[in-house]
Amino acid sequence: MSAVSPDVVGGHDHSHDHDHHGAPTGLKRWLTATNHKDIGTLYLFFSFIMFLTGGTLALTIRAELFQPGLQIVRPEFFNQLTTMHGLIMVFGAIMPAFVGFANWMIPLMIGAPDMAFARMNNWSFWLLPPAALLLVGSFFVPGGANAAGWTMYAPLSLQMGMGMDMSIFAVHIMGASSIMGAINIVVTILNMRAPGMTLMKMPMFAWTWLITAYLLIAVMPVLAGAVTMLLTDRHFGTTFFNAAGGGDPVLYQHVFWFFGHPEVYIMILPAFGIVSQIVPAFARKPLFGYASMVYATASIAILSFVVWAHHMFTTGMPAVTQITFMYMTMLIAVPTGVKVFNWIATMWRGSMTFETPMLFAVGFIFVFTMGGFTGLMLAIAPADIQYQDTYFVVAHFHYVLVAGSLFALFAGTYFWIPKWTGHMYDEKLGKRHFWMSMISFNVTFFPMHFLGLAGMPRRVPDYNPFFTDFNQIATVGAFGFGLSQVFFLYIVLKCIKGGPKAADKPWDGAEGLEWTLPSPPPFHTFEVPPQFEAPAGHGH
Amino acid sequence: MTYASAEIKGENRHLRMKLVIAACVMFGFGFAMIPFYKTICNVAGLNNLLRADKNASNTQVDVSRNVMVQFDANTQKLAWGFKPLQSHVDIHPGQMVRVDYEVENTLDRPVTGQAIPSYTPLAAEAHVNKLECFCFRQQTLAAHEKRVMPVVFTVDSKLPKEVNVFTLSYTFFEVAGTQK
Repeated sequence: MSAVSPDVVGGHDHSHDHDHHGAPTGLKRWLTATNHKDIGTLYLFFSFIMFLTGGTLALTIRAELFQPGLQIVRPEFFNQLTTMHGLIMVFGAIMPAFVGFANWMIPLMIGAPDMAFARMNNWSFWLLPPAALLLVGSFFVPGGANAAGWTMYAPLSLQMGMGMDMSIFAVHIMGASSIMGAINIVVTILNMRAPGMTLMKMPMFAWTWLITAYLLIAVMPVLAGAVTMLLTDRHFGTTFFNAAGGGDPVLYQHVFWFFGHPEVYIMILPAFGIVSQIVPAFARKPLFGYASMVYATASIAILSFVVWAHHMFTTGMPAVTQITFMYMTMLIAVPTGVKVFNWIATMWRGSMTFETPMLFAVGFIFVFTMGGFTGLMLAIAPADIQYQDTYFVVAHFHYVLVAGSLFALFAGTYFWIPKWTGHMYDEKLGKRHFWMSMISFNVTFFPMHFLGLAGMPRRVPDYNPFFTDFNQIATVGAFGFGLSQVFFLYIVLKCIKGGPKAADKPWDGAEGLEWTLPSPPPFHTFEVPPQFEAPAGHGH
Repeated sequence: MTYASAEIKGENRHLRMKLVIAACVMFGFGFAMIPFYKTICNVAGLNNLLRADKNASNTQVDVSRNVMVQFDANTQKLAWGFKPLQSHVDIHPGQMVRVDYEVENTLDRPVTGQAIPSYTPLAAEAHVNKLECFCFRQQTLAAHEKRVMPVVFTVDSKLPKEVNVFTLSYTFFEVAGTQK
């Protein structure tokens, strides 16, 4: 894990920080880490471990679904698998991975010496492993893990065993971690930018994370409230969602999705930021429509608060409410379309090369747009009644979360790993990883559209033999996808261990303060704020 | 100006305090959604399962049309006997109907229960106007008490034409927190 060797202290900034001690070594270095680079590394490794855990659950699901009938797992356990796969991937893998990127890159990109609150940063990270233990450990308690779906809908979640309580506490802890991380990011970005870097000259990744952090501060507490209500309904005789005492189970859905919809943007906006850094670098042109990118991101964030009921079209809402939420949802396609347009316009007549980060970024644009399009189909209230709870929905959100968030994370990893480790990754293997991921991803999830349209319900371990062919294709693809990610781990470890020395700026089209530092950067960077000048052609 | 200056640190703490307050307010907001939704539902007339319906004074009986209403009774984790005294009625829309349900507490302790209605098909719900119902309040039964309770309702004539039969189903739940 020595992505940044603590004794690399020879950076050009280092003559100024003689009052700083070096990093502690060994385990203590990581337990007491307050350096943003170390904490970023911790976040990234943690999220990758959780990604493999959640992936194992997914492959068990796919193995069971290889044939109709029950072969490998019991139905109750299958429900635990789908639930925990969702919770672990959302809260354990995707979100912490983006926080890891924020920790590593935001101080380097805006010219800050570290995150604003280094000790709080340490605490944000070290809350996560206990939460992960609660989630994974809940498989081994009587009654098994939470099996109410990652959304934990009442009244089912009121009837589960203690595995549900463990999930609730895990959500509380991870929520606290996210809120602290978000506060740190907002303060760092607003107060600690290099002189000359006005808000409208910030790198796009910093912008998308700033907006994401505000979303986190606004909605993670609402989720904490919702699961607290579940907890008191379960154990303390309240009846928020319990019909017997005058509560309303549908109310849970409203509260949950008030969190849940901004949450999906929390998982995609930083991805937009990463892609907006990479596409200009490999098209060797400045980002097209910088200001419109900022406004589009903000519009998506604001709209995300007024679309939540599109997850609930089948709950018997009045038609006028359904129509309102339908149009608000469709409106989100406009700023998202602006972004896709801007990325394509950035590439237009650029001198493009397709190294692995660019392959993943272009792959992201291509496949994410397909996921966005099926999202638009799902937004149509009368059609959604047909699609609700089918594999069409599963296909949709995996297109935006795997091909969207995850591919952007891969793109960002390949883009910045030369900076992090000081070594170039193996380009040939990186490209191979891209094509393996891209092909196996589509083999896995594309057939699910057809399954859903034909009526196969999600979260069910058995199915009509009529659906067998597409399920078998999906299962084969899923195992290929899983294998590709083990291959990714190999590429990353190989790069950490050695490889050709990376230049300070390994990508000739890349812009930004992070590339003015040596690769790998010294333990302490930008102790004296750098002078920032907007790159030529930036338009400001 | 270096980043370690007291001025920046003070500004950072100040902003952090604001954001922490924002997070706490949003935690409260989650709970504030409950009365907010109840108000919306009251105003919009949604989800009024447990109150008498307004506008139930329509006395125009549509004798040209017959509707069968079936009655169903269930309990959820509650050892009560609960059944309607008639399994169904044949009525005309607009006609006032009274149905009696018998409920018996088979337990050795007093129990408070709440009945929740539901309709199949759901489209019938909007057209059943209940004037009196045991489901409007919690019912406390002494140990082994037996009671007959009425439901009085009309079905309005706007009931969709394709609905000629519907089921009114009640489920009794024990009110949480009242068991001794």
